Amino acid sequence: MTTTSVGPRKPTRPSADSGGSQRIVRRRGRGDLRVALIFVAPALVGFVLFYLVPTIRGIYLSFTDYSILGNPVWVGVKNYVKIFQDKLFWNSMGVTLEYVLLNIVVQTVVALGLALLMYHVAKSTVIRGILLLPYLVANVIVALLWFWMLDYQIGIVNQMLQWLGIPKVAFFGNEFWAIPTIAFVNVWRHMGYTALLLFAGLQAIPGHLYEVANLDGASKWQTFWKITMPLLRPVLLLVLVVTVTGSFQIFDTVAVTTQGGPINASRVIQYYIYQRAFTQQDFGYGSALSVILFIILGVVAFLQMKFLRGNENDLA
Amino acid sequence: MTTFAPASRRATGRRPLNWGRIATWAALILAIIVTLGPFLWMLRTALSNNHSLATHSGDLLPADFTWGGFARVLGLQSTAQAQAEGGSGASISFWQYLLNSVIVSTLITASQVFFSALAAYAFARLQWKGRNKVFALFLGTLLVPGIFTALPNFLLIKNMGLLNTYLGIALPTMLMTPFAVFFLRQFFLGMSREVEEAAMLDGAKHGRIFFQIVIPNAVGPLATLCLLTFIAAWNDYFWPLLVGNAPAVRVLTVGLGVFKSQSPQGAPDWSGLMAATLISALPILLLFIAFGKKIVNSIGFSGIK
Repeated sequence: MTTTSVGPRKPTRPSADSGGSQRIVRRRGRGDLRVALIFVAPALVGFVLFYLVPTIRGIYLSFTDYSILGNPVWVGVKNYVKIFQDKLFWNSMGVTLEYVLLNIVVQTVVALGLALLMYHVAKSTVIRGILLLPYLVANVIVALLWFWMLDYQIGIVNQMLQWLGIPKVAFFGNEFWAIPTIAFVNVWRHMGYTALLLFAGLQAIPGHLYEVANLDGASKWQTFWKITMPLLRPVLLLVLVVTVTGSFQIFDTVAVTTQGGPINASRVIQYYIYQRAFTQQDFGYGSALSVILFIILGVVAFLQMKFLRGNENDLA
Repeated sequence: MTTFAPASRRATGRRPLNWGRIATWAALILAIIVTLGPFLWMLRTALSNNHSLATHSGDLLPADFTWGGFARVLGLQSTAQAQAEGGSGASISFWQYLLNSVIVSTLITASQVFFSALAAYAFARLQWKGRNKVFALFLGTLLVPGIFTALPNFLLIKNMGLLNTYLGIALPTMLMTPFAVFFLRQFFLGMSREVEEAAMLDGAKHGRIFFQIVIPNAVGPLATLCLLTFIAAWNDYFWPLLVGNAPAVRVLTVGLGVFKSQSPQGAPDWSGLMAATLISALPILLLFIAFGKKIVNSIGFSGIK
């Protein structure tokens, strides 16, 4: 959690939580438990009802047969056994992985490029704001906008392809292109946001390191790989965790555009969970699927922490 | 930190015509065009006659300019007129959805920020047993994916009889989100304690200190959190789709999805649809124009989300 405040403003002052109130508490001779309970009660109720209990209940439901109408019936690991034999599940995992990989690689590279551009060419808030704009608009709106622009018949993108003499592409309607298209749409929405996070990280790198490298005659390329990248690692890790976690949960774009098709080409895992739980009323199976997704995300976050050594900063 | 100019900038300063510099500016301008272009295309389509879009698919200006798309969406056009301009005849209760979005987003924002502020104060300023453990538990749930809690939460809202009510859509995020509590706690920790201590010595109670000292001093971060919460609530699709798909409570995002799926496959009402998306995005665009700098500056911090 030490990498959380990457912004230029650091709201946390490590030394702030000392001194003052402790003195007063000592003077009064007791804690503030009663007052604290009143202050924390509403949030605690919300937390227990909508975060803590659902987490436990979700795990419980994954071991049951439950069609919403009746009562959950305990079936042990039956759902999990079924999942491993479920072709649609494996297909959805494959599709999701393809999406996640495409999304992360393209988004990180594009965002890093944008962050470097912002840092070296234009630090203006206006430009940063413009690049952030797509991120502030709803997924549904972004999806509909690109659904129109990428329309096979009269979409502007296919129009442009024709001007360039390239044959038209049925972006959302083609089994091969559906996932890359959805990945592209989300890269477009998120690139400014990710770039801003990386930009904040770049700003935190002390300028004198570049001065020294410059005096030593290091090339820009060397400076980038020897100074910028290593020092950017904590922020890069944060960005990766946020992006991976987010992209595994892609839903809105798929729901509005392809609805999993053509055939099964874009049925990502969250859309599959949604279909099993809400369209087919199979809540137990849907819960088991979401437990698997939960575990995958946990493992991914753990691996990223381990391999990228994100909590270590080379400055320290 | 920023007083040191990056090395590359120094180097380029000496050479007036530098291809690298031109290339970087070109890349930046391209990025801005790619970012803003689609929004302009949205506007251009919304102002076009739907029938003319097919024959003028490459025109940069609106094809056969008309306000009809907006009029259609807002229910100001007669059916005959709508069909003459390529409307599908599918209607969308846009005003109702707009009102629903306003109600739900405002309800979530006001109460989530208020209750999270109360809790954040207890975590930042009050001394109580178990404080750090409870806070760690709060933070731990940041890692739980949304879909995971969405299924049981749906059951809970259903059992409470709150399906297709405003409260059902708002309730799970009304009392807190781990992020909101974390965000405000960080700011409260950084605030000076001197005024609070003086007030305490004068015999002020925590309630008074919270409302008369902490809140007025944290207007900035509270406003930032309000912005982020409102935008997130306004844009949310998955949860309102699950618990609020009935027309009476349907929010804009869900309504747009319905509007799209209602339009005929062969000849969708693109100009109507783009007019609808534009109006749906309008509150966010206005917030962006008014508070863009605040939003931009808060992103580095809110990266934890």
